[in-house]
Amino acid sequence: MGRKILLVTTDQQRYDTIGVNGGVIARTPVVDGLASQGFRYERAVPQSVVCMPSRSTILTGQHPSTHGVWMNGVPLPLDAPSVAALLRENGYKTALIGKAHFEPFLDPFTRFTENALAATGTVPSGGEHRGFEHLELATHGSAGQLHYARWLRANHPEAAAMFYPALDADLEVNAAGGGETGAPQVHVNHVPRGCYHTDWVADHTIAWLDSLRSGDDWFAWMSFPDPHHPWDPPQSEMSRVDWRQVPLPVGYPVDRSEREAILDAKPRHWKMWYEGRLVSNFEAPPKWVPATLTTDQVREVNARNAVECELIDEAVGRVMDAIAARGWEHDVDVIFTTDHGEFQGDFGLLFKGPYHVESLMRLPLIWRPALSSRATPGVVSTPVGLVDLAPTIASIAGIDRPGWMQGSVLAKPGETTHEGVLTEWDSELYGVDVHLRTVSTSEWVCTAYKPGTLYDGSEGELYNLAEDPLQRVNLWDDPARRVDRDDLLSLLGELRPPERRPRLDLEAPV
Amino acid sequence: MRIGRTAEQVWELVGDPNRISEWFDGIESATVEGSTRIVLTASGMSMPETIVTNDSLQRRFQYRIGTALFREHLSTIDVFDLGDGTSLVSYAADADPAAMALVIAGAAGAALRHLREILEGEG
Repeated sequence: MGRKILLVTTDQQRYDTIGVNGGVIARTPVVDGLASQGFRYERAVPQSVVCMPSRSTILTGQHPSTHGVWMNGVPLPLDAPSVAALLRENGYKTALIGKAHFEPFLDPFTRFTENALAATGTVPSGGEHRGFEHLELATHGSAGQLHYARWLRANHPEAAAMFYPALDADLEVNAAGGGETGAPQVHVNHVPRGCYHTDWVADHTIAWLDSLRSGDDWFAWMSFPDPHHPWDPPQSEMSRVDWRQVPLPVGYPVDRSEREAILDAKPRHWKMWYEGRLVSNFEAPPKWVPATLTTDQVREVNARNAVECELIDEAVGRVMDAIAARGWEHDVDVIFTTDHGEFQGDFGLLFKGPYHVESLMRLPLIWRPALSSRATPGVVSTPVGLVDLAPTIASIAGIDRPGWMQGSVLAKPGETTHEGVLTEWDSELYGVDVHLRTVSTSEWVCTAYKPGTLYDGSEGELYNLAEDPLQRVNLWDDPARRVDRDDLLSLLGELRPPERRPRLDLEAPV
Repeated sequence: MRIGRTAEQVWELVGDPNRISEWFDGIESATVEGSTRIVLTASGMSMPETIVTNDSLQRRFQYRIGTALFREHLSTIDVFDLGDGTSLVSYAADADPAAMALVIAGAAGAALRHLREILEGEG
């Protein structure tokens, strides 16, 4: 009998939303407790800052250039490798409950298995999909064809209409504002807490665990859609955090002239987006102009985000209790992380996009090894990547790392597994294309811009994290830092992964 | 999409509006009455379409989708004779909202790949 594995992911959660990482708004005692029993990572970096490429990296253990999902809307090929398939081949029961998003959501022809499955049940034809024997899928609201949306419409039709419509009439990310400040993607949602997707994901994970035999080896990926926007948690829970008392983030320059001077010093697509002059991707509402963001809106967004993080923490706690009730509490490895971050007011911005700074690239990551392993808890400060999760999961299961995995088993305290970690961005939308390659080291974040419609390939960003933790001073053109820049670009070249050819087609916006 | 069959062979399938479910993934069936075609998608959605052009000389097929998903839509399929026993099939979509053009284009790309598999697999 091997160690059982619970992979908990959230969506678009910043490093500093967790108490043990210094978060001061949300209370996260369960995740903090896991960290106190295991390894807490201070520089966990995604290989992409958007969902589909990043989630595909978690599943395959490959960088986006290799698995081929170069932007949202590009489906992960069905023959892509999968750590879940590897575990299943080695006798594990496997399940994915919550948000998958290896395939596009916008799918009126129901061409993709994720969208088709809920009409027929929870077990894919052929017995598995991407290595998962059991799938119950959800996303951010009540629209669409996934299990949660169907369950909600069938059992609580009155609640289905209470959610924020994530897309507008143009099928673009909705800019409509709500709440008390009119912030975009903020909405007062009167859905009962028990009907909200966070509790649904936990409930269905517990039900699947309860269906197993006590001697089964199992791998459960429990994937919460929150705290990704829309920020519409159950209104009954909003009394937890008074948005008027929420401190402004240290990354939010309150003074407009200071904020705009910081943006002016960055490559020009930062300021162009801020002023509403550029839409380069599908990740933020194109009809919303970031320059209109107010301090009160930042506070309310962060309050609602914190409530969503607390609900996730409590849901993880219920699942941990269920695991203990089965007598498995000493045999389960728990990994908690997310797919990418969120601006939440940093630089006067919300959402995400082709902006490789720590708001989007510094992630919460905790690995609580099975208590039976008697691991010594500690903190890892050297960089690791989500590309390391698949090798780590294989290692926990006692399986040698296959050659197709590009990461390493996650470093333990005192270890260094990577000198630098790679993050890639490629997007092409409505005639605008942007391509970034970033290396994150313990000391630096260095981004090289490849040629596109906005850049000729000579541009870049360079930040020294010790001197400038908020990444406000771009050192790319500083002659005094030329040697550091050249060394980092050399490292970036060494990290370049094999590229899938031919390039996969974009098949939907998201 | 270049297909290793003559334009006549490709048009025989592409130009028959009743047979779209044979090559377009996600369309379960099609019913044609005059210039109206109703397709049933895999999700059970009934999608009415207006056939705008079905020109066997030019080998051009055009249709408009008439559902609430679209304010405007026109898709155009052309089959070009390359003169060497092969053909080039083009599938263009114009739509409002623009996001739906990406969705149609994505589905059409998969459909063209399927079309090539079917026709070239016929030996």
